[in-house]
Amino acid sequence: MATDTLHHGATPEPHEHHDTTGTKLFGFWVYLMSDLVIFGSLFATYAVLMKGTAAGPTAADIFELPFVLVETFLLLFSSFTFGMGVLAMNAERLGQVKAWLGITFLLGAAFVGMEVYEFQHLIHQGYGPDQSAFLSSFFTLVGTHGLHVTVGLVWILVMLVQLSTKGITPMTRPRILCLSLFWHFLDIVWICVFSFVYLMGVL
Amino acid sequence: MSHSSSPSAEHSTTSHGSVKSYVTGLLLSLVLTVIPFAVVMGGAFSTATTVVVIAVTAVLQILVQLVMFMHMNTKADEGWNVMSFVFTLTILVLVVGGSLWIMQHLHLNMMIG
Repeated sequence: MATDTLHHGATPEPHEHHDTTGTKLFGFWVYLMSDLVIFGSLFATYAVLMKGTAAGPTAADIFELPFVLVETFLLLFSSFTFGMGVLAMNAERLGQVKAWLGITFLLGAAFVGMEVYEFQHLIHQGYGPDQSAFLSSFFTLVGTHGLHVTVGLVWILVMLVQLSTKGITPMTRPRILCLSLFWHFLDIVWICVFSFVYLMGVL
Repeated sequence: MSHSSSPSAEHSTTSHGSVKSYVTGLLLSLVLTVIPFAVVMGGAFSTATTVVVIAVTAVLQILVQLVMFMHMNTKADEGWNVMSFVFTLTILVLVVGGSLWIMQHLHLNMMIG
């Protein structure tokens, strides 16, 4: 029994890379779960304050659903293209990984661009976050999501540089996998945003 | 442990996606996005029905993306990713449900007062 344990403890050395990748991904997963609690508290804040329009515009007055639908498609397709990038990485095709990440970056940048336009448009019309509790909580919730996507865009650029200089290595691989989890996670948060903020807002 | 001997199995435990699973996830997500937008923009149903459609398609799409895109499953990490997700859901129910519950009561009391 004692020798078995010793042998067992000695064997994992060659597979240590695999073990740390799994640990890194799980650690990042736990971070995402805590981020989910942040978004949950912002959703709760929005749900409580959404009726507090202070004689200003209501959700039905300011939301344009076709615009939101295009934003949703951009983010959804970017989630898909990142998945294709991960598959290309598993197949050790460096050029394809960079191409898919590049497409993902463009789709994500278009999403952030549309959101910045929407915010600018609202503020220009006099519907800024200082107008009512509803608008404050709306800008905070949707803005926090947009900020996450922007951070994801910077992270994609960093990984494109690292892929160009280092290639697909035991160091870059787990980073790409963590970034893919981050990106898919933001798409899932967006499902809650378009469903409970935009769609239910205009009812 | 026994899986890590072959490289292909090693990859499949960290990210076991395939083109098929990603395409399936994309198509299901597209359908589950178009349905609630069409129902709201068409305005053919009652408010209560529309809310149910929005909530159900949202939950379904979240599940589709968790499984097809994020590969959440009970096998990887001995199910700890699912375990932490369920724990987080519990916190979310307390935070969101509790906030709405307590603030609604506060609101009603303020109206009466």
